Amino acid sequence: MVKKFLILLLVAGMGLIIFDLYQAYDSKENLSTLGEYYAQNGAEEVGAANLVTAVVVTYRGLDTLGEVSILFLTAAILSFALSFRKEDEIEEKELRPTSEILSIASQVLTPIIMLVGIYIFINGHLTPGGGFQGGAVIASAILLMLMAKPKLEISHKIIGFVESISGLSFIIIGALGIVLAGGFLDNRIMSLGTFGTLLSAGAIPLIYIFVGLKVGAELSNIVGSMSHNQNEK
Amino acid sequence: MEYIIISIGFALVLLGLYGIMYMRNLMRIIIAFTLFNTGINIVMVSIGYIRNASAPILDAIPAAGTTPNIVDPVPQALVLTAIVIGLGVTALMLTYVVKLHQDKKSLDINNFKDLKW
Repeated sequence: MVKKFLILLLVAGMGLIIFDLYQAYDSKENLSTLGEYYAQNGAEEVGAANLVTAVVVTYRGLDTLGEVSILFLTAAILSFALSFRKEDEIEEKELRPTSEILSIASQVLTPIIMLVGIYIFINGHLTPGGGFQGGAVIASAILLMLMAKPKLEISHKIIGFVESISGLSFIIIGALGIVLAGGFLDNRIMSLGTFGTLLSAGAIPLIYIFVGLKVGAELSNIVGSMSHNQNEK
Repeated sequence: MEYIIISIGFALVLLGLYGIMYMRNLMRIIIAFTLFNTGINIVMVSIGYIRNASAPILDAIPAAGTTPNIVDPVPQALVLTAIVIGLGVTALMLTYVVKLHQDKKSLDINNFKDLKW
C-alpha cells in the first residue's frame, strides 16, 4: 500500500515537471536557425530531396557512423551473452511443426519483403525511409523465415561477411570525402546529378545501401541468435 | 493539433514511468520502457513542428534566399538516431531477461533479490 502510494507520488511529481514543460511549449511559425540553414541550402549543397536524409547522412554523418557502431555492439554483446551457457545444459526442444499457411506464405512473402526493404534504402534520399528503416524491413523478412522454419540456422559467415564489407565500404567512402571533397563523409565525391532522380545526391544512395545492408545483417543476427536460444531448453 | 500530439507524447512518458515502477513481470517492465521511449520520441518530433508546414521533402531546389515551407528536419534526424538506440537498449534488456529466466525460471521481479540491500 505504501509502495503504491510512493509510486503515485513519484508519477505525480514527474507529471508536475512535465506539465511545466508543456506550459512552456509554444507552437512555432518559423524554423530554428539551424533548421532554416538546412531548409535553404540543404537541397543545393547535398542534392537530396529528403532533407532528413541530408542531415543524417551528410551534415551529421559522423553520428550515423556512431549509431551503426552502437548497433554492432548490441549485436555482439547479445550473441555473447546468449551463447554463454554450460555445455551440458543445452538440450534441443521438441517443436510443433509450423502450420501450412505460415510456411507457404513465408515462401511467397519473404522475397517481396526483402525487395521492399531494398527499395526503401535505395530511395532514402528521395522518399521517407533510408538505411535503418530498410535494414529493419529486411530483418523482418528473416524473422518471418525463422518463424516458418524454427530450426533454420542463420549462417554467421555470410552475415559477418556482409556486415564487415558494408561497414568497411562506408568508412572508405567517408575517407574518400576527405581526399576528393570537403571533409569526412562529404557526399560530393560523385556528381550531384539531377535533383529528385534516383541517381542524385552524390554518394548518399551508395552510403545508404551499405548502411541498409549492415543494419539488415546486424538485426538479422540479433533475431537469429534470439531464435537459436529459444530452441534450447 | 500540435498540442494534441505533444500531450499524447507526455501521457505516454508518464504511463511508461508508472509501468516501470508498478509492474512485476519483467517483460511488462520492458514494454513500459519502450512506451517511455516512444513518448519521448513523439515529444521531440512535435517540438520540430511548424504550423501549416509540410514534411521536409522538397520538390525542387528553393530559389536563393527563400525558405521552403517545411517542418524542422533536425529533430526528425535526432529521433531517427534515438529510435535505433532504443532498439539496441530493448534488445539488450530482452537478452538479460532471457538469461534471468534461464537462471531462476521466473519473470517476477520480486524473485530477484541478489542485489537488494
